[in-house]
Amino acid sequence: MFYREAGDFKTSYRDDNQTFPIRLDRAGYWIALFVAFCVIPFFVNDYWVNSIFAPFFIYAIAALGLNILTGYAGQVSLGTGGFMAVGAYACYKLMVAFPDVSIVFHVLIAGGITAAVGVAFGLPSLRIKGFYLAVATLAAQFFLVWLFNKVAWFYNYSASGQINAPERSVLGVVVTGPNTEAWAKYMICLVFLVVLAWVARNLTRGMTGRKWMGIRDMDIAAEIIGVNPLMAKMSAFAVSSFFVGVAGALFFAVYLGAAEAGESFGITKSFLVLFMIIIGGLGSIFGSFAGAAFMVLMPVILKNLLVGTLGWPTEIAAELEFIIVGGLIVIFLILEPHGLAQLWRLTKEKLRLWPFPH
Amino acid sequence: MPEQLLFAMEVTLNGLMAGVLYALVALGFVLIFKASGIFNFAQGMLVVFAAMTLVGVQTGQIPFAHLINTIFGTKIHHFGWTVPTIIAIIVAGAAMVLVAWIIEKYILQHLIGQPDIILFMATIGMWYFMHGFAPLMWGSEVMKLDVGLAQGINETIDTTTYGWFGYGFFIDNLDIVAAIVAALLVTALVLFSQYTKQGRALRAVADDHSAALSVGISLRFIWVLVWSIAGFVALVAGIMWGSKSGVQISLAEVALKALPVLMLGGFTSIPGAIIGGLIIGVGEQLFEFAIGPLVGGATQAWFAYVLALVFLIFRPQGLFGEKIIERV
Repeated sequence: MFYREAGDFKTSYRDDNQTFPIRLDRAGYWIALFVAFCVIPFFVNDYWVNSIFAPFFIYAIAALGLNILTGYAGQVSLGTGGFMAVGAYACYKLMVAFPDVSIVFHVLIAGGITAAVGVAFGLPSLRIKGFYLAVATLAAQFFLVWLFNKVAWFYNYSASGQINAPERSVLGVVVTGPNTEAWAKYMICLVFLVVLAWVARNLTRGMTGRKWMGIRDMDIAAEIIGVNPLMAKMSAFAVSSFFVGVAGALFFAVYLGAAEAGESFGITKSFLVLFMIIIGGLGSIFGSFAGAAFMVLMPVILKNLLVGTLGWPTEIAAELEFIIVGGLIVIFLILEPHGLAQLWRLTKEKLRLWPFPH
Repeated sequence: MPEQLLFAMEVTLNGLMAGVLYALVALGFVLIFKASGIFNFAQGMLVVFAAMTLVGVQTGQIPFAHLINTIFGTKIHHFGWTVPTIIAIIVAGAAMVLVAWIIEKYILQHLIGQPDIILFMATIGMWYFMHGFAPLMWGSEVMKLDVGLAQGINETIDTTTYGWFGYGFFIDNLDIVAAIVAALLVTALVLFSQYTKQGRALRAVADDHSAALSVGISLRFIWVLVWSIAGFVALVAGIMWGSKSGVQISLAEVALKALPVLMLGGFTSIPGAIIGGLIIGVGEQLFEFAIGPLVGGATQAWFAYVLALVFLIFRPQGLFGEKIIERV
């Protein structure tokens, strides 16, 4: 009854092309932003930030990145973990080398470095396609993790082989290191997520995004109508890797505080992010959020339910988690290949007609 | 003869033997890809699952004992008997056929006509599922697999080479057995696909799905068949890997190396899988031997992938793959 365009007149092209064409959606968007920025920070505690909000925001950034590459440009990548490691280690080196520069710049530059590495590993995509490319990206995954484990320069010759985030602050507020307050962690991740999601949304609906989708749907046909495959694929790899690199940098610096390449950025991380976009929806910004939220919340709920309430050993909970995630992937691919985003889209269609469906 | 050259020869031989193991895993991939066009990411997990089932049956473990104990508060773990190896192998083989049937009926049937990449992702989902299912069923400890294969250093080769060069080569008996088994397996597969009715039907399906359907070949049966064969190959590979290094879930990650092997050899070629396996096996051992100490070692983790990546840039279809023709 309330959820429809009727009466919501648009008088300019700008209005007509806006992201949320329905008034209720727009209101919901602003309310969500308001709650996220002005309400939640006053109530969060360490548990909520560390187990839900921080991983959700950071994985959402990574999922946005991978969705740009896989969902929009159609290049399947299994190297996300490796690229996150690049972001993390680049951020670490920068944080140690330039302690006076704001960490925001460190994270952004780390993203830029990851983008360069991503382009280097993306170059073969001009020759290699489909499954071959998916396997080729495994080269990035294994090589990068090995590199960060074996070359001591990257972890500043520390005895444990780990990298530890030193204490850094933004505008006088400590955001990394053990003395970080919960709300500071929350806010820095949120700001990065909102800005990057805005960038992603506007990139994907503009000319760049259309080129990517052309390449995804059929690269030869796209080439014939004048899309430069080199530029389109490389820009997809660069933008995607930038996002993933920023996610990796935040994951290490803000969320974990200490990281070791093999453990924190192994191949399971690549799968995890890939699953987020499959469950959430390929080629959808909302899907990246939904998938990340799902994959972060599910283990927490499962653990609380099985280990906390029923008292089962954590081992079984972890195994069940694998089973449920794997099963869900298959079920989603069978029933709804476009993921949670498609379910949401269908719901919206239904809502528009409600309560008079004819 | 200079010592370095002798070492290099020994490393090459061992690399060849390791390559056989990669080739065994890759073989399962090729079979499925040829018959159904599905890139089965879960093949490595099938290997682990087959090996775990074999050990579990052989030592008389109760499936899901851990889960049952947790739910009902019981303390069961073993039936208290051991099953003869040959029967255990048959039971594990039957389990793999069952897995093949379940995969076909509950997953593949529902995904017919979907883009290849969706099927690929579905097999990643299967990989994940079995990653949890296998340890839930048989426990997560490292299991010792012993089916009575010869193990340890081969004395004959050691003494012969000592006589020749004054330096005995270390070759594991198990690797030799693996090479022989692989040769037998490939011969059996070739004979099967050339001279039996089902084998010919399988090749027909690999050639052209709709043409095969039109002459009355049941696609569903062929798919169950080919997944069963892949499961059987996985069992053989699992026995070899398991005897060498024990059975545990991380074996699946090592088995992922079959992917670069495939890329090198081409997705559709059985000889390609074998030659690719040998090249990767020798290549990574020699690389580790020659370059590894300079860069910190453990280069086996990535060498295979990077080699395949570089190789593909020059020849995107692999060594023996069919030429990729693209049309609008």
